[in-house]
Amino acid sequence: MDLKTTYLGLKLDNPLVVGASPMVDDMSMVRRLEDSGASAIVMHSLFEEQITGEKFATIYHMELYAESYAEAMSYFPKNDEFALGPDQYLEQIRRIKAAVDIPVIGSLNGTTPGGFTNYAKQIEQAGADALELNLYSVAADPEESAAETEKRMIELVKSVTHAIEIPVAVKISPFFTALANFAYKLEEVGAEGLVMFNRFYQPDINIEALEVKPTIQLSEPSELLLRLRWTSILSRRVGMDLAVTGGVAGHREVIKSMMAGASVTQIVSALLRHGPEYLTRIKQDLINWMDENGYSTLGQMKGSMGLDRCPDPQAFERANYMRTLHSWTPQK
Amino acid sequence: MSNAASATMDGNEAVASVAYRSSEVIAIYPITPSSTMGELSDEWAAANKRNLWGNVPSVTEMQSEGGAAGAVHGALQGGSLATTFTASQGLLLMIPNMYKIAGELTPFVMHVTARTLATHALSIFGDHSDVMACRQTGFAMLCSGSVQEAHDLALVAHAATLETRVPFLHFFDGFRTSHEIAKINTLSDDVLKQMLSEEAIADHRRRALTPDAPQIRGTAQNPDVFFQCREACNLFYEACPSAVQDAMDKFALITGRQYKLFEYVGDPDAERVIVIMGSGAQTADQTVQRMHERFGEKLGVLKVRLFRPWSVKDFVNALPRTVKKIAVLDRTKEPGSVGEPLYQDVVTALREAREEGLILVEPSVIGGRYGLSSKEFTPAMVKAVFDELKKDKPKNHFTVGIVDDVTHTSLNFDPLFNVESADIFKAVFFGLGADGTVGANKNSIKIIGEETDNYAQGYFVYDSKKSGAITISHLRFGPRPIRSAYLIAHANFVAAHQFNFLEKYDVLDYAGLGGTFLLNSPMGADKIWDELPREVQQHLVEKRLKFYVIDAYKVAQETGMGVRINTIMQTCFFAISGVLPRDEAIAQIKKSIEKTYGKKGKDVVEKNFAAVDHTLAHLYKVEVPEQVTSNKWMPPIVSDAAPDFVKRVTAMMLANKGDLLPVSAFPIDGTWPMATTRWEKRNVASDIPVWDSSICIQCNKCAAVCPHAAIRAAVYPEECLSDAPISFKSNNYKAPDFKGFKYTIQVAPEDCTGCKLCVAVCPAKDKSNPKHKALDMTEQAPLRMQERDNFDFFLKLPEPDRTKIRIDVKGSQFMLPLFEYSGACSGCGETPYVKLLTQLFGDRSLIANATGCSSIYGGNLPTTPYCTNSEGRGPAWGNSLFEDNAEFGLGMRLSVNSNQEIATNLLNRLAPQIGETLVTAILAAAMDDEIGIAKQRERVRELRAKLATLASPDAIVLNQVADYLVRKNVWILGGDGWAYDIGYGGLDHVLSTGHDVNVLVLDTEVYSNTGGQASKSTPMGASAKFAVAGKSSPKKDLGLMAMAYGNVYVARIAMGAKDAQTVKAFTEAESYRGPSLIIAYSHCIAHGYDMAFGLEQQKIAVETGYWPLYRFDPRRVANGENALQIDSAPPKGSLLEFTKNETRFRMVERQDPQRFKQLMAANQEYTTRRLALYNELAKPPTNGTNGHGVTNGHGATKES
Repeated sequence: MDLKTTYLGLKLDNPLVVGASPMVDDMSMVRRLEDSGASAIVMHSLFEEQITGEKFATIYHMELYAESYAEAMSYFPKNDEFALGPDQYLEQIRRIKAAVDIPVIGSLNGTTPGGFTNYAKQIEQAGADALELNLYSVAADPEESAAETEKRMIELVKSVTHAIEIPVAVKISPFFTALANFAYKLEEVGAEGLVMFNRFYQPDINIEALEVKPTIQLSEPSELLLRLRWTSILSRRVGMDLAVTGGVAGHREVIKSMMAGASVTQIVSALLRHGPEYLTRIKQDLINWMDENGYSTLGQMKGSMGLDRCPDPQAFERANYMRTLHSWTPQK
Repeated sequence: MSNAASATMDGNEAVASVAYRSSEVIAIYPITPSSTMGELSDEWAAANKRNLWGNVPSVTEMQSEGGAAGAVHGALQGGSLATTFTASQGLLLMIPNMYKIAGELTPFVMHVTARTLATHALSIFGDHSDVMACRQTGFAMLCSGSVQEAHDLALVAHAATLETRVPFLHFFDGFRTSHEIAKINTLSDDVLKQMLSEEAIADHRRRALTPDAPQIRGTAQNPDVFFQCREACNLFYEACPSAVQDAMDKFALITGRQYKLFEYVGDPDAERVIVIMGSGAQTADQTVQRMHERFGEKLGVLKVRLFRPWSVKDFVNALPRTVKKIAVLDRTKEPGSVGEPLYQDVVTALREAREEGLILVEPSVIGGRYGLSSKEFTPAMVKAVFDELKKDKPKNHFTVGIVDDVTHTSLNFDPLFNVESADIFKAVFFGLGADGTVGANKNSIKIIGEETDNYAQGYFVYDSKKSGAITISHLRFGPRPIRSAYLIAHANFVAAHQFNFLEKYDVLDYAGLGGTFLLNSPMGADKIWDELPREVQQHLVEKRLKFYVIDAYKVAQETGMGVRINTIMQTCFFAISGVLPRDEAIAQIKKSIEKTYGKKGKDVVEKNFAAVDHTLAHLYKVEVPEQVTSNKWMPPIVSDAAPDFVKRVTAMMLANKGDLLPVSAFPIDGTWPMATTRWEKRNVASDIPVWDSSICIQCNKCAAVCPHAAIRAAVYPEECLSDAPISFKSNNYKAPDFKGFKYTIQVAPEDCTGCKLCVAVCPAKDKSNPKHKALDMTEQAPLRMQERDNFDFFLKLPEPDRTKIRIDVKGSQFMLPLFEYSGACSGCGETPYVKLLTQLFGDRSLIANATGCSSIYGGNLPTTPYCTNSEGRGPAWGNSLFEDNAEFGLGMRLSVNSNQEIATNLLNRLAPQIGETLVTAILAAAMDDEIGIAKQRERVRELRAKLATLASPDAIVLNQVADYLVRKNVWILGGDGWAYDIGYGGLDHVLSTGHDVNVLVLDTEVYSNTGGQASKSTPMGASAKFAVAGKSSPKKDLGLMAMAYGNVYVARIAMGAKDAQTVKAFTEAESYRGPSLIIAYSHCIAHGYDMAFGLEQQKIAVETGYWPLYRFDPRRVANGENALQIDSAPPKGSLLEFTKNETRFRMVERQDPQRFKQLMAANQEYTTRRLALYNELAKPPTNGTNGHGVTNGHGATKES
């Protein structure tokens, strides 16, 4: 069975990419993922603000009490090797590259163009085959219009695509007024892939303590539907490779994503739930299904249910809303 | 002359650099001021820095200096080249091994930062009392007087010990030399190799104990042979001085720097000579030269370098033949002796020299003491000594540097006498510890010392407080090596990095005529003049000072530097002082920023660059008017209401003028007045908590967690409010115990350090705006006066009846803290426990305090925090040593018992006269709670009244000891360095005795006071000094070890996680009539996060199972219950939830992620296993047993 696909110019054995997750911190896990059939690995995100914040806080707390008291010139050992910055992350890219044969995609989450390009270059130098830019920002500033927000993001992406040679994919949220247009602009400034969608941390409220608690939950297959819609809409309307992430729980979600027009699917929650070997099962189920349904290559299904080809395009646009509402009845 | 390399470093680094490279085994233990040498060795070893022979020396931290001495002794027996570093009490602990090492003629060098021994008080500063206590051990003693000498003579010592087989104690003055930064010529590996004889090393190795060629060493000898054997070493000691001189001569050939055993400087025909050792010799040398130039006086100084073995021949040969009078200066005091040791040696040597015909006439000799505990020793004092020698009958056994108005030993000196040459640039900087002033100045010294041909020197004076600490930096730069081993007067440049210093200190007293003054001021050049106190204006006008201002905090804020104004002030210094061309200086500052922060990231470097670049635009020159105009004077240091002693003595010390106080001002035996911190209004908080009574739920948690007793709770009758200040807040008290009363939370605005713990712990949120709590931080300045009045009023409110207070967290905070406004760090995790102890039981506590943070904030002058209640009762506090605190506390208990027994016996004997009813009531009194204590106190009052009518000797004695009939408690306090390491043997023994003592371990998991060295309490995976790469063994389980006795009450507590359990543990421990051990989690600045989150982090420590809470109460066994109760819930989440917040763990993770992962996995497993063990031990007992691992609880009730 031919499961081959191309994503960001990388020739992949199958569409099963391991999405950004903490699994990459563990080398034995990385090897298990490769052995289980992962076609590429996305690093977890390097958070620009986190690095900067941690750096300044650490220096501040180490220096604050130094040189103030006769018995203690400092409270921490002097250690020049104690690097503050992305060194550890970059080192992990190097290690993974050395340990596996599949492509490794760096991931960067940032908000300032300077910090962004700086870290992007370092990730490239560390050996990443591609870079995923995670445009994770909550548009909470009432002074900034949608157009300004988008412009800022586009500039950010541009600064990176112009600074590095490796292909760049952009991971976005679904919260855009004109998503298709935004995707088009991303492509204009050099993005080669679009990853849909990132999932925000969702703050919960503790009603007794009057506190906000950040939470993150593993994705559910129901989340896939939003991704399918946008993949179908953008499929072949933009030249970028599309990746679906969020809600890919098994082979059926992979198939749906492919049919909607994705080049790859990114899987995280399912692997966190069932372990890296679950990939083997998804792959086998995919092969079996294709076999049973008369497919011989993945290419046959790619984009078959895209907006331009599917038999009922309106389903992806406004009509779906009414139809779904009408079909929904309360459970007894 | 092969070596021309130079570098700037302090004395400790200069010595450690030689010792490390010349050694194979290094055993270390932290003690001020020598800790740095151990720390550097450990850091170098961790960085795989190699010694001369290409190996990384083995560096091992021991449990005490005694342990370090034992370890090096063993290593030496094994044929290794070993070294160690120590000072003061630590050196005393090494003495037994020093006798052994010397008796076995073992080549070995120990490097000692000479420091004061604790007598009437502890002092961390420098003098020779410690090394002089070793002069009888058989060690050779070689003394250095400057950073360069310390570097050079360290090598001479290592070379000479190999040649002579006599072990060496190489010493240099603590702080004055150990902490002085100077530009020195450094010794290369090549020089070291040339000096150290490979042949002698091979001989040393050949003498090693090895089973391949076995020998026996360390036999026990009897009267028949011991004496002869002891004399058998004589030849080695006879040969030693010339061998040392040979080494010095060889060193001179290689480096061009010649040293002598006794080095004479001055007029070859001098008639008056001072004999002196250490850094003071530099000052004497400088003064002699200048007095010769200025007055043509024939004077000389004999610097003693090799003090042991003392060579009479070399000594007299070094003296000029013309000498008629000698003054010997000792930096130590030996009460009751004929004279101090150097004096005695000089007198004896001269006598012997005359007997042997080496000299014909003995010069007359006087001896004197100077410089104890780093007391300043200046050219003026040197001159005073020479002037004294001029007299027909000079004073013998004099002192110089103080005013002794009691026994009149002191010599007068003229403080204005100055010998410094005009080409030395002198600068003095007043800074705050937190603003980075010292770091920036060290950096300036490096820039000038290493980037120009100039020589540079820096010396730093620190505060005795840990929060809001002030630092004074003294920097000298000049074209020649700088020999002034004393503080700067008549500075060319003075900077005050905080505006409010001008109100507290006579900053410009340091300024010389025509100098420059730089002030960090929120007021600009146009407004500043009118804001200055009159005294400051006077200095500016009279000394014709140039005056500059900058608003450094504004620049820091604008450039994202927070409160770190160091690079900004440093830039100003270079911009206006003219010590370097401005552009060159700025380029150098940037270069060093790059060097310091390069590894931490470009953004950090750029932020610092921005601060430098923004500075000059904000620096303004102020035109100083011709006339003083201000009507404002510096405010009085302490309030007029303060007791006489505080006004007369403490205030002088607070004003930085303690040096001027005469001997008669002080107590004779180290006893010091209580409750003096309350007079030191430090005003260090920029923001203080403000109480909103309308949403407060009256839980008193804020008061409980306050490290400085600066926020307090009161419950009181409404009528007390009749004359309250208008802004004084109160509310109706909500609980039934004091129904109808009023309630107030009040901040002490001038004592608060602004740590925010009270706000962090406050659970009361405004329901419509949860951001607003019952306590919010608000700017202090506008509230200062109002809240000061409110706090004064608050303190006058009556204390509630203690017998009616419920003993829980809330109730405890209505009790008066008898520990207030200590010098502990802002946000300290230890002091809330100490304060709670004093609230619950302080009026009948004796406290034995191990040396460390708690003894420093508990008893470091100028002011002391322990205080008394309205009846004059309060904690009686004492500090003995670091290592012996459990024993010290036990002794207190034994004495209380003894007094109690005397009282009981006399009571029985006098029962017929006193009355059987009262006697029986006293003897049978239950004193388990406040009611019982109050009743017994009443009975003792009654007893005293009766005794007053009896004139018998028994009645008189009973009156003396009657208070012991009221139950006392003994608390033994200390940190983990004491309890887990150096004091563990004693602690273990004391716990085993069954006596009623309460041990409180303030566990910061690191030696906090000396700067964060690892202890056995340090957790696995955390980085600390001496465990740079992360500690690889788990934290010692002290609690479990104590539980094994079965009859010891043990509790593990964390106030931030469960304050109710904390209070319960304290009351249970106190009520238990046997030994109790409380291990209290104490967050600490050495953990590396914002202390405002200290309580939150304690909570996480408990939730993740890192710090399980429990109480092990042997009394429960009698009720058929298991002694052990686990007080914390099963763990949630992993240890990483806890460790990720702290720099001490993050450092390891950042440095070696794989190793960190392994260590954390091991720690997680250890934690899980330990919890399982606790759970097993805490299982309910099955029939017929007392529970797992627990013996019965009897045998603990030695005291009642």
